[in-house]
Amino acid sequence: MGSRRQFRIWRGDASGGDLTDYQVEVNEGEVVLDVLHRLQATDAPDLACRWNCKAGKCGSCSMEINGRPRLSCMTRMSTFEETETVTVTPLRTFPVIRDLVTDVSYNYEKARETPAFAPPADVAPGDYRMRQVDVERSQEFRKCIECFLCQTVCHVVRDHEENKHAFAGPRYFIRAAELDMHPLDTRTDRKEYAQAEQGLGFCNITKCCTEVCPEHIKITDNGIIPMKERVVDRRYDPLVWLGNKIFRRGQVPQTSVSSGQHEDAVHSHAASGGVHSHAGGSHDASAEVQAQQGLNWHREVPKPTMPPVDDNGKLPLTELTFDRPAAPSPFGDDVTFPLPPEHLNFVHPNQDEQY
Amino acid sequence: MTTTRGSEEATTRIERHHYDVVVVGAGGAGLRAAIEARLAGKKTAIISKSLFGKAHTVMAEGGAAAAMGNVNSRDSWQVHFRDTMRGGKFLNNVRMAELHAKESPQRIWELETYGALFDRTKDGKISQRNFGGHEYPRLAHVGDRTGLELIRTLQQKIVSLQQEDRRQFGSYDARIKVFAETTITELILDGDRIAGAFGYYRESGEFILFEAPAVVLATGGVGRSYKVTSNSWEYTGDGHALALRAGATLINMEFLQFHPTGMVWPPSVKGILVTESVRGDGGVLKNSEGRRFMFDYVPDVFRKQYAETEAEADRWYTDPDNNRRPPELLPRDEVARAINSEVKAGRGTPAGGVFLDIASRRSAEEIRRRLPSMYHQFKELADVDITKEPMEVGPTCHYVMGGVEVDPDSGAAQGHVRGLFAAGEVSGGMHGSNRLGGNSLSDLLVFGKRAGGHAASYADGLAARPKVAVAAVEAAVETALAPLQRETGESPYTLQQDLQAVMGDLVGIIRRQDELEDALRRLAELRARVATVSAAGGRRYNPGWHLALDLRNMLVVSECTALAALERRESRGGHTREDFPTMDPGWRRVNLVCALDGETVSLARKPLPTMRPELIGLFDRAELAKYLTDEELAEFDARTEEAGS
Repeated sequence: MGSRRQFRIWRGDASGGDLTDYQVEVNEGEVVLDVLHRLQATDAPDLACRWNCKAGKCGSCSMEINGRPRLSCMTRMSTFEETETVTVTPLRTFPVIRDLVTDVSYNYEKARETPAFAPPADVAPGDYRMRQVDVERSQEFRKCIECFLCQTVCHVVRDHEENKHAFAGPRYFIRAAELDMHPLDTRTDRKEYAQAEQGLGFCNITKCCTEVCPEHIKITDNGIIPMKERVVDRRYDPLVWLGNKIFRRGQVPQTSVSSGQHEDAVHSHAASGGVHSHAGGSHDASAEVQAQQGLNWHREVPKPTMPPVDDNGKLPLTELTFDRPAAPSPFGDDVTFPLPPEHLNFVHPNQDEQY
Repeated sequence: MTTTRGSEEATTRIERHHYDVVVVGAGGAGLRAAIEARLAGKKTAIISKSLFGKAHTVMAEGGAAAAMGNVNSRDSWQVHFRDTMRGGKFLNNVRMAELHAKESPQRIWELETYGALFDRTKDGKISQRNFGGHEYPRLAHVGDRTGLELIRTLQQKIVSLQQEDRRQFGSYDARIKVFAETTITELILDGDRIAGAFGYYRESGEFILFEAPAVVLATGGVGRSYKVTSNSWEYTGDGHALALRAGATLINMEFLQFHPTGMVWPPSVKGILVTESVRGDGGVLKNSEGRRFMFDYVPDVFRKQYAETEAEADRWYTDPDNNRRPPELLPRDEVARAINSEVKAGRGTPAGGVFLDIASRRSAEEIRRRLPSMYHQFKELADVDITKEPMEVGPTCHYVMGGVEVDPDSGAAQGHVRGLFAAGEVSGGMHGSNRLGGNSLSDLLVFGKRAGGHAASYADGLAARPKVAVAAVEAAVETALAPLQRETGESPYTLQQDLQAVMGDLVGIIRRQDELEDALRRLAELRARVATVSAAGGRRYNPGWHLALDLRNMLVVSECTALAALERRESRGGHTREDFPTMDPGWRRVNLVCALDGETVSLARKPLPTMRPELIGLFDRAELAKYLTDEELAEFDARTEEAGS
C-alpha cells in the first residue's frame, strides 16, 4: 500500500546548505514526521530534527513544509498529491543549527524578560478562589504548546532580524494577556508593559499567528487586540476616551491618563517616551497598515496627547470656559505644524536621505 | 581541561561547570526538585534532554490526584493512601504512599501560587474529577491538558526565580540554569560518592562536565524499548542505567503498565491510547477473520457475569439489568491477554493488533456525540474516521512502576552510592505493582520537592567536595565518541528495532517462562551488537549518534525487566504471567532488586518493609485477606484483639 514519494529536505548548518532530494517510501496514514523517521533509519541516519510526543502536544517538531510553518507530526501525507514534491525546511525566522533544527533561544530569552506571575501577598496557598468563567480566559492562552510557529510566521521578525531585540512576538503577547486576565495576578501594568517593553505596537494584526496556531488559540482576536484596544483606549485615543467619558461606557480602570483633572499628568505622560509607530493617530486600520510600510520602526515619535479637561473630566467646549478662543487641537498641544519629516507617518520623498 | 582522543590526537574540549546540585531531567519531578534546591540557596543546574518545557509530563491528561476534598469533603489522605495501596496490590512502599497521600494537596495548592490555573468548582476551589481506582473525585485538572499546565507552571516558576536572581546578582543564571538539549551519559564518582556528571550538548556535540556533589535523577521511564509505546524518544531509561552504573539498585522492574487498546496503525497515531469507553459504548474486538473473539476468552471465575452469545451481549447496552455484560468489558488484563493470544495465533492485523470496531455498530452521529475527542483526535492526527472504519489496536507500553530504589523520605538512592537522589517515574516503590491514574503527577511534585530539598542538605553537610578524577572523564569521552569512530558496525536504528521487537514480543504485557528465557538470550546477543554500534555523521546534532549512546541504557534496563519478570512467579498489577496467573500473597512480601555487577545484571530478593499498625488498620480484614499471607493475617488478628481487649 506504500508508494514512493519525492521529498526535498534542507540539509546543512549555519555555514550554509542545500535542498537534498530523497525518494522515500510513504505508507497510508503517515505524517511527515514518520517519513523523516524512516529517512533517519535508512538514507539519512544523521538527519537532524526535533520531536517528542508525536501527538501534537509538545510543540517540538515545528518546521516549514512547502513553505508553511507546521508541526510535522500533525501534517498528514494524505494532504499532498501523490505526485507532489514535499519540501521541508527549517523555521526561517531562527538561525539554523543543523538540518531542520534551529536555534530557538530567542523565544526563551523573551520568556525570561516577561515579568512572572505576581501572587497576592495576603492569600495563603489553598485559599485561592476563582470563578471558572474567569480562569477560562487565561486558560485559552495557557493551552500554548510553545511550538513557536506564531513566532516564526510573524512578519515583524520573519525577515527582520533587527526587530528582534524590541519585539517579543505573539507567544509572549498572549503570555502578557494571560497574566493580565489572571484573576489573582497583582501586577496592573501588563498591557502597558506589552506596549512599552514587548513591542506590542509593532503588531499590525495580520493574524498570521492565529492562522498557524495548532492549538487554535485566537492569538489576535482574544489576546493582542483586546490588549491593544485597552492600551489605546486609555492612552492614545482621544475620541474613544471622550466617548467613554460622555457615555460612561463600561468601567474602564483608572489610569494616569483618565485622571485628566491633574493638568500636568497629560503632558508628563506624553513626555514619557517609548516607541510609537504612527504619530498622527490614524484610526483607520487599513490606512495604518499602509502608513507603516516604509517606516523606520526604531524612530521615536511623540505620542499624541489629549487636550486638558476641566474639573468634571470634560473637554472645555466653549470659549467661555476655555483658556483660548477656539477648540483645542486634536493633535495635542505639544504638536506644532509643519511636522519634521522624520515624524511623518508616510514616506516622505526626502526620507531616504535622512535615514 | 583537554584530553587527547584516540589516534587522531585531536584535542577534545570539555566545558566545565561547578554546581551544588545537578538535576538530570526537566519534567515535573526534575523542575520541582530544582526549584526546591534553588530555594534552599543551592546553585542548581537543570539538564534537559529536549528543549525546556517539552518533557513527557505534557502528555499527562487526566490530572493530579490530591485529597483536597473540594468536591467530596469526606476525602482525606487516609482514603487516598488506601486507594493507592489497593491499586498497587499492596506492593507499594508504604511510607512513600503515605507521604504522597499526605503531601499532595499542599503541592497542588503551591502550584497556584506559581500561577497555575486549574478548573474550578462552583465555589471557586480547585475542581476534582473522578478517575478509575479513586474512591472520591480527586484529580485536580485543566481540561485534558493537566500535564502541560504543570510543566508550564514549573517552567514559569523557574523563570521567576531567575528574575529574582537577576535583580539580586545581575544574572538570570546566577543560581539556577537550564541546560537545554543536553544529555548526561555518565555519573562521575569519587569512591562511593557522586562527584559530577558528564554529558554532551546535542546542538554542538561538545562535551560538558558538571562538578557537583549531589545529583537528582528525574529522567522518566523506559517505554522506548517497546515497539508500541505512548512514550517519546527521551524515554530510554537513562536515569535507571546511570543509577545502576553508579552502584545504586533498581526495584520492581518487572512492573510495566500496558494499556490493552493503544492504536497500532496507522503509524501516525501508533501508541496513542483508545479510551476504554469505546468498548463501553458498543465497540467490539474482532480478529483478522472477522470473529468477535472475546467470547472465547471468558475465564471461569467471570463466566456468570458475562454474556455467552452475541445477541445477549448486544442487548446489555440497552438493558443491562436483564442481560449479562459483553466480554469486551472484561478487566484490562483479560482483554490484553486475549488480544495477545489472537495475535500470536496468527489472527492479528498486519500491524500486529486486532480490530476495534464501533463503526459498524453505532451510527456516525452517535459515535461523534459520545466520543467527541476520540473522533477528533483520530480525524486530525491520522485522517482515520472511526465512524467509518474499525481501529487497529493492541497493548501499548505506557508507564514503568519500577525504578531506582530510594529512601522514601529523602529520595536518596540505595545501594553503594551517596549523593544520588531520584524522583518521579525513574524512582521505584511508590506505585507498587500498578499505578493509579492521576498519581503520577502528584508523585512528581511530592517526591520532586523532597529529593531537591534533601540533595541540597546533603550538599550542605559535606565537609569536602568529592573530586572528579581525570581518568574517569577520559573514559567517559572515549565511550561517548566510540560509535562515531567505528567504521563497521550496525546502525543504531536497526538495533533499536530489534530490541523493541524482543521486548514487545517476549517481555510484553503477557509473559511466559520460555519466552522470557528466550528474551534473555536475545538480549545477550544484542549486548554484543550494541557494543559495536556505529553511527554515521559528525557530532553536531546527530540523532543517530545520540540513539547509539542511548541504546546501552535501554539494553541494561531491558535486561533488568526480563530478569525480574522471569523471577516473579505470580501475576500482580503490571506483571502478568500466563504460567502463574494468580496473585500469590507470599510474593507480596518480596521486592526484586536489580544491581549491576561489573557488566552483568544481578537480581536479589528483598523483604518489603512492614506496614505500621495505624496504616494497616485503615483496611478491612476481608480486604487484607486477599493480599496477606496467613502468617501476616494472624499477626493482624492478634493485634486487633489486643487493641480490643
